[in-house]
Amino acid sequence: MNFYLTYFFIAIGLFGFSALFALFGVYAERKVSAFIQDRLGPTETGKFGSLQTFADILKMLQKELIIPAAADKLLFILAPAIIFIAVYLGFAALPWAPGLVPSKLNLGLYYIFAIISIETLGILMAGWGSNNKYSILGAMRSAAQIISYEIPAGFALIAVVMIAQTLNLQDIALQQGILSPEKIKFAGFWDVSSIGGIFSWNILRAPHLLIAFVIYFIASLAESNRAPFDIPEAESELVAGFHTEYTGLRFALVFLAEYSMMFLVSMVGVILFLGAWNTPLPNIGAAHLANWTTGAAWGILWIMVKTLALVGIQMWIRWTLPRFRVDQLMNLCWKVLTPLAFACMLISGVWRLWLM
Amino acid sequence: MNKTISSVFKGLSITWGHLFSSHKKRELLPASDNNYFKQLEGTNTIQYPHQQLPIPEVGRYQLDVEMDDCIVCDLCAKVCPVNCIDIEAIKATEAIGQTSDGTTKRLYAAKFDIDMAKCMYCGLCTIVCPTECIVMTNQYDKSVVDINDLTYQFSDMTPEMAAQKRREFDQQQAERQAAKLAAMQKKEGNE
Repeated sequence: MNFYLTYFFIAIGLFGFSALFALFGVYAERKVSAFIQDRLGPTETGKFGSLQTFADILKMLQKELIIPAAADKLLFILAPAIIFIAVYLGFAALPWAPGLVPSKLNLGLYYIFAIISIETLGILMAGWGSNNKYSILGAMRSAAQIISYEIPAGFALIAVVMIAQTLNLQDIALQQGILSPEKIKFAGFWDVSSIGGIFSWNILRAPHLLIAFVIYFIASLAESNRAPFDIPEAESELVAGFHTEYTGLRFALVFLAEYSMMFLVSMVGVILFLGAWNTPLPNIGAAHLANWTTGAAWGILWIMVKTLALVGIQMWIRWTLPRFRVDQLMNLCWKVLTPLAFACMLISGVWRLWLM
Repeated sequence: MNKTISSVFKGLSITWGHLFSSHKKRELLPASDNNYFKQLEGTNTIQYPHQQLPIPEVGRYQLDVEMDDCIVCDLCAKVCPVNCIDIEAIKATEAIGQTSDGTTKRLYAAKFDIDMAKCMYCGLCTIVCPTECIVMTNQYDKSVVDINDLTYQFSDMTPEMAAQKRREFDQQQAERQAAKLAAMQKKEGNE
């Protein structure tokens, strides 16, 4: 019985976290965009407008749920739930700290990639179910984009997996710090197993993974439909893309999924490339900084800081770069990112054979 | 390729700079100030109900009528291109008084309405006014909940007063008519 209680507790905790993060994320996004554009953003609701998103969600909850007369009702109603649940389930395999992971999956990375690709299905359902030309165009673009960008993202991830030799995210995290069960070499020659810190992170363990990380980061922007790859919801062309017809709580769910997705892809990037929950501080001589700043609480702190920094960069990029055209998007994916990611994967193989 | 990357970083550095200069707030300068267009750093927002840009005292935003100076000549209503001024005059039985510039007033204004929703702010009415009683003020915030509140009523007469004045005028006219008639009969009788 206790067994099931724990399950429910973890599930509700993760849901609460993603909802809270979405509220914070929307507020942060509005403030960041405002400051970048020399505006002030929300200022009236609460101190510095901090209660603005709570007011927004209260408004959303009270709104009428409208189903267009010509919509496919079943698909239309199910789509937001599928979009959100697909992203939400992805959180199950992400490790938060040493020994703290909702589900110890030995196929963790594979599972996450499989489950978040279901989001595409939800988006297609939303677009088709709305029976609206803007929605269906948005959904088609989204499907084309996500499927294309999964290839460079996948190759970049495989490059890491070849170095790590495991798909278990907790094991990948363990390998990048002082708790590692095996020997870690900085850039392939300097043994840093007992020094740890930033030197043992994957991007410095094998420097070509830095390129793989950039490729993964760009692809993850496309997969979470964020600018500059937000052609599925391109406001200037498609009203709001696949969620044009949604109102109230259903629209809120789509939004929640978008912000959860931002957090999820950033956290996967942090776990695979930026040392997961490991501290950036190395042991220097008598100052055992890495030993002192490793632990469950420290782990949660480090992974949150790193992930939020990546989310911040996503926002910064969104409010800087203009939207890609469809052909430019496909060019970038197939002619630049995919060959580069493939090269990274090859280097990883050679690296594993000769330098580890 | 190189151009793409360098332009991306250029763009990112510009937005980064703006992100961190946002602590600087805009100074509230009047548009006539030399530095008005030179405030390029910091946020640009004016938080309107709390802050207001200084405007010139002789602003031309809303119409205002000084009824004590009005001689109800109806010139403003006639010149108005959009017919937003509606005046109903009642002739007085005698001179009512004088305006501040010494013109004698001989008409009551039973109604002097200006529909600010129609007004196009051309200012012609202020030019033709012989006593300069209709002017434009520097009040620009005129949001109202009910559109009828945008019709400004300047007449200070109550309907009863107007009716009484009308009656007095009619009575005077009738008396004059009677006097005229009597005079005519007398004239005819003499012949």
